[in-house]
Amino acid sequence: MEILLAITIGLLYAAGIFLILRRSMVRLIIGLILLGNGANLLIFLLGRISKGKPPIIPEESKVFLDAYADPIPQALILTAIVISFGLQSYAIILVKRAYRVTKTDDIEELTTTDEI
Amino acid sequence: MENTVGYIPFLLLGILLYTSVLTFPSVRSNGFRSRFSPLVPIVSFFYFLFGFDGSVQTTTVWDHSLLPISITFQIDGLSRLFALLITGIGSLIFIYANGYMKGAKYVQRLQCFLLLFMLAMLGVVLSDDLILLFIFWELTSISSFFLIGFKNEDEASRQSALQAITITGMGGLIMLGGFIILGEIAGTYSISSMSSPEIISQITSHGWFVPMLILILVGAFTKSAQFPFHFWLPGAMKAPTPVSAYLHSATMVKAGVYLLARFSPVLGDTPVWNIALISFGGVTMVYAAFQSLFRTDMKSILAYTTVSALGIMVFLLGLQSSDAIAAVSLFILVHALYKASFFMLAGTIDHETGTRDISQLGGLGKVMMPLFAIGILAAWSNGGIPPSVGFLGKDLIYESTLHHPAWAYVFTGLSVGTNIMLFAAGLLVGWLPFRGTRSHPSVTLPHWSLWVPALLLALLGMIFGLFPSIINNGLINPVADAIAGTEQNIHLKLWHGFNTVFYLSLITMGVGFLLYNLIRPGAKLLSFIESAEHWGPKRILHALANEFVGVSSWITMTLQNGKLRIYLLVILGFLVSLLGYVVLSDTNFVIDKEQLTNITIYEGITVGILFISVFLTLFSGSRLAAVAAMGVVGYTLCIIFVFYSAPDLAMTQFTIDTLTVILFVLVLYRLPRFIRLDFSARHILDGIVAISVGALMTVISLEVLQRTPEREISDFYALNAYVMAKGKNVVNVILVDFRGADTMIEIVVLTIAAIGVYSLLKLRLRKNEKME
Amino acid sequence: MNTIILKTASKYLLPLLLLFSIFVLLRGHYLPGGGFVGGLIAAIAFVLHAFANGLENTQQLMRIHPGFLMPVGLLISAISGMAPMLLNKPFMTGLWKSDPVPVIGSLGSALFFDIGVYLVVIGATLTILFTISETR
Repeated sequence: MEILLAITIGLLYAAGIFLILRRSMVRLIIGLILLGNGANLLIFLLGRISKGKPPIIPEESKVFLDAYADPIPQALILTAIVISFGLQSYAIILVKRAYRVTKTDDIEELTTTDEI
Repeated sequence: MENTVGYIPFLLLGILLYTSVLTFPSVRSNGFRSRFSPLVPIVSFFYFLFGFDGSVQTTTVWDHSLLPISITFQIDGLSRLFALLITGIGSLIFIYANGYMKGAKYVQRLQCFLLLFMLAMLGVVLSDDLILLFIFWELTSISSFFLIGFKNEDEASRQSALQAITITGMGGLIMLGGFIILGEIAGTYSISSMSSPEIISQITSHGWFVPMLILILVGAFTKSAQFPFHFWLPGAMKAPTPVSAYLHSATMVKAGVYLLARFSPVLGDTPVWNIALISFGGVTMVYAAFQSLFRTDMKSILAYTTVSALGIMVFLLGLQSSDAIAAVSLFILVHALYKASFFMLAGTIDHETGTRDISQLGGLGKVMMPLFAIGILAAWSNGGIPPSVGFLGKDLIYESTLHHPAWAYVFTGLSVGTNIMLFAAGLLVGWLPFRGTRSHPSVTLPHWSLWVPALLLALLGMIFGLFPSIINNGLINPVADAIAGTEQNIHLKLWHGFNTVFYLSLITMGVGFLLYNLIRPGAKLLSFIESAEHWGPKRILHALANEFVGVSSWITMTLQNGKLRIYLLVILGFLVSLLGYVVLSDTNFVIDKEQLTNITIYEGITVGILFISVFLTLFSGSRLAAVAAMGVVGYTLCIIFVFYSAPDLAMTQFTIDTLTVILFVLVLYRLPRFIRLDFSARHILDGIVAISVGALMTVISLEVLQRTPEREISDFYALNAYVMAKGKNVVNVILVDFRGADTMIEIVVLTIAAIGVYSLLKLRLRKNEKME
Repeated sequence: MNTIILKTASKYLLPLLLLFSIFVLLRGHYLPGGGFVGGLIAAIAFVLHAFANGLENTQQLMRIHPGFLMPVGLLISAISGMAPMLLNKPFMTGLWKSDPVPVIGSLGSALFFDIGVYLVVIGATLTILFTISETR
């Protein structure tokens, strides 16, 4: 399964990068989201994966009795997911605003800094 | 006098504070605050005059145990002389500038730059740390850039400013290289701790000594306008005259001399040092003095004589005999006194008549008696005629060249020749404009502030000459101590009797006077002499600079072409090649299947859906379909989190993904369709880059999986989650307790994003944006 | 999306989802959940209501602009983080009430911190989404 997940990470990265190289700003943002997903999955995988062992201490116990999934990557990713929502919404509003001014979605037409 | 040195940091801060107050636009009539500015250098001058007696004092403001850098100030005789020159001449310049710039715009701005410059210069001469010294050194270059280019509407001014900062800034950077080598081989960056005999021998015997010395010398030579870097100084005469008088006579250009003098005990008296300083200084003093004779612009003459004088100082520092050190200690003071008065004189004449061309000036002596007096006094000191202090200085110079063991005749000949030419040049500025027929009949004596400061300086030159005991023990002897690094015993005397030196002085005066009468600079001579400069080092450096600009702009146009795609391709290409090289050369591509988990059927299906939706996102022509597919990618990730024991992540991913899709739909509704472009070469290139990055990430993650994970921190959290933080969901405990401060910052960021969105949309739109 | 079914459903879903979100928030220290997820669920509840009944109605229901939740939440988090400093302990040290409370478990400053997170997440998410729907 790890191999499959590693390939998934590669696919998400490749797709994200292909999309951020496109001229459409919307595609750029979709690409960023896919890249973010790929990065999250990468961190998750590098913390090693295990089934049915959530990092929650069982009832009636004060410490883990059994093996448990690594909580640090999970905490990192949780933060990353929420932050990336803020980033995405800001980016997409920026696109919307830029579109209102320039009437274009094409990045390559935005080569001057004037009048925005 | 124990603790006066402790006030130095406060003094520097105070100057900075006053400067920043001055930058605020003035509420009252223009220049109200600027009238108080001269107080700053005056107060500093008296602090340095009465607060110190030339003994060595040190204060450390900040010290770091790990970094070899400290903020340490030290004052000794050498520093004190320079500090006195900087603040003393600075005071007079500020008074002069107030008169000179009366009614002009931006007086406050000029004062800001001047004060900043004064601060930087004081920093240079007072720093005991190499890095600190370098910072102040570059600050003088930067502030002088603004001062030279002060008339910023004038193209030539800007060019000169750029030229000056290029030469001095470049020299400074080269010097930094030398400083770092010096600091490393000495084992300390503190200049004062280098002067112990063990460290000196450690430095001078080190294999990197010669390269280090050359780097430092380049810095000093560029700053002090030594041949072949001299040309920026005449160019810098585009600055307003108060600036020239301050920077280019007494202070900034002497920073290089200061540096050489400061390092003289450590680096001096080695063959490379002696040869380099004597040859560069010697060439500079003769060449520049020769150049000065054929100029018609007063400031231009003064600029070349300044270069020549700097050459003399460097030359003397190269000789290293105690006579030479005494000579240079005195000459620094002598030159500052007469050259600053010369510059102010030229500025006043320019201010009143509108020209500085000596071939068009004449007869001014009848109406400007005090100015004529300045001219005579300054030329007197410059020419080394007794009883001026200049005579004492020249005496010592001849004394030191005559006593050189091997090359006495050559060196004496050179310095006599230089002094003859300087003598004539001094008369051209200080005598010629006041004699003959009156060229500007309507001109009268200007406001006192335009000539009293210069007269004061010129008079000082005479007073010090008549009573050398005033400066002998208090001022000059400590300077010589600092330069030599050992106790020196100087006795300045006006009259030494009829000896060789005296006859040489007579020859200098006589031939100089003859030369003055022979030479009348005009357009023809000027164009001849300028052609020499034209083919000189200036041209080579200009060609290099142009080439540099060409290459830089080519690189900029290629890399920074405003196309996001190109930027990304460059970055990614670099990343792939660098990371790819490392990974490929260090990976054995063996996967230990034992450690891996098996693929179950539902996992396979989930990943399959993920793959399909990624491809849909990539190639769908419809935006909504692309967004929906992107949403599905998020949901499949959510399922993967569920499979692998991350319930918190799954919940968060699920809700965020839902909200993201809603957000996109709301916005996309109003945006245009995707631009449809035919499949082209760029798709192939992008595809190759994208696939190689993806493949690289796959290889890296597989490679990492082969290593044993470090779980020390995780175990700490797991062990203490309930014991210390009374929580059982370790992920949540990390977020709200162990790393609570991070979460705090995160919600602040989220708030900022929300406010950003709100203000972007609610912001009042401009005219050209239609409200829909 | 102006269907009767959704309209009717959302009327009941809103309180239910809000209750659920608070439940998720409170149990976060012991079981999966917490301020982030809880806040997001609450935000979705309001968004759903807005889809069914129109933005104006939802805003009327909320009475205050969601943006105000952000400073309130930040303040609660900051105070709960700084409270230990009054007792001469470092910033963010957990403080606990000795007796456990049902459902929540031990009552402590970490819970108030999480409540702050919850409010900020609701406020930020709703501010973003509502602003976008308002400005067409």
